[in-house]
Amino acid sequence: MARRATPEVNAGSMADIAFLLLIFFLVTTTIEKDKGIARQLPPIEPPTEKPPIIKQKNLFIVNVNKSDQLLVEDELMDLKDLRAAAIEFLDNGGALPGSPEYCKHCKGSRSTSSSDNPDKAVISVQNDRLTSYKMYISVQNELVAAYNFLRDREAERLYGWKFTDMKKSSDEGSYSGNKELLKTKLESIQKLFPLKLSEAEPKKSGL
Amino acid sequence: MSKFTKKKSGELPAVNTASLPDIVFMLLFFFMVVTVLRNNNLMVVNQMPKADQVEKLQKDRSVYIFAGKPSARYQDKYGKEGRIQIGDKYTDITNLKSALEEARRKLRPELQDKVMVALKVDKETNTGLVSDIKQELRELNMLKLIYITAQGNELEE
Repeated sequence: MARRATPEVNAGSMADIAFLLLIFFLVTTTIEKDKGIARQLPPIEPPTEKPPIIKQKNLFIVNVNKSDQLLVEDELMDLKDLRAAAIEFLDNGGALPGSPEYCKHCKGSRSTSSSDNPDKAVISVQNDRLTSYKMYISVQNELVAAYNFLRDREAERLYGWKFTDMKKSSDEGSYSGNKELLKTKLESIQKLFPLKLSEAEPKKSGL
Repeated sequence: MSKFTKKKSGELPAVNTASLPDIVFMLLFFFMVVTVLRNNNLMVVNQMPKADQVEKLQKDRSVYIFAGKPSARYQDKYGKEGRIQIGDKYTDITNLKSALEEARRKLRPELQDKVMVALKVDKETNTGLVSDIKQELRELNMLKLIYITAQGNELEE
């Protein structure tokens, strides 16, 4: 009495079922890759505190009006020139050699009428309420690019590695070496060129 | 003799498709893993501006705020003025705080202090709306924010 072999399940339609599911997931998938410009907002100051006094030469004023035109240090400027202007301002290092504020790593023109050192230099952006968001982001992007350029330069000089690449591998956790060391390196670079972007309250439109 | 001569049949042998289900399943699993089912349905036009100096968003600790003018099918009812959307409904600037608190409570408890606000704002919006949002965020003490952008650079156009 040989037992009859159990008949095999017909798997011919397996592929069809799998395809159906596959197509469903293909359609519903949105591979999100959200990236953006990160920013830290200033906390609300108690009204009694006086704002620190900043010297005029340490202040780089970027003004955007309601028709998206740029006024940088009282001069009209195209967006494409903003990055270079910001780099020149930040990298100026106008403090005299020997003074405690002297900037060793600056490679700028060292003009006395521009910023003393990157730690003192503040970029102030003023928007109109009717400025388009696109313009706002473009301006922010250019200013961050200026900082990144300088930080990249310093990181390359000190550690032979670009700041932006360092930060990326630190954020993604893909760095295999000493993570604490990488963090201190990042902080030291950030200290050389601290991000000092201030945003004024937007003006009422029509001005 | 004839044992070794090949049988000459005119037909081509059929391609073996036995491994097809395996391949398809592999693809299927890939898509199942990467799929995020869209959980908020957009009610505003959301064309992000372009930027290239970007950082990655940590999604597990972020709260999304959308802003822009209402999408075409809501324009009859809500007009064309820029509006704010949190979750899947419009929010007024005065209700922003409570809506944000609610969104924050949905995050994992240990990440609620490290919350990051992701602003997805349409590029045609006025900056005034964005600065109103930022003022509310400062009052709420949610100070970390990220402007979500598309890849590219506005200068290149």
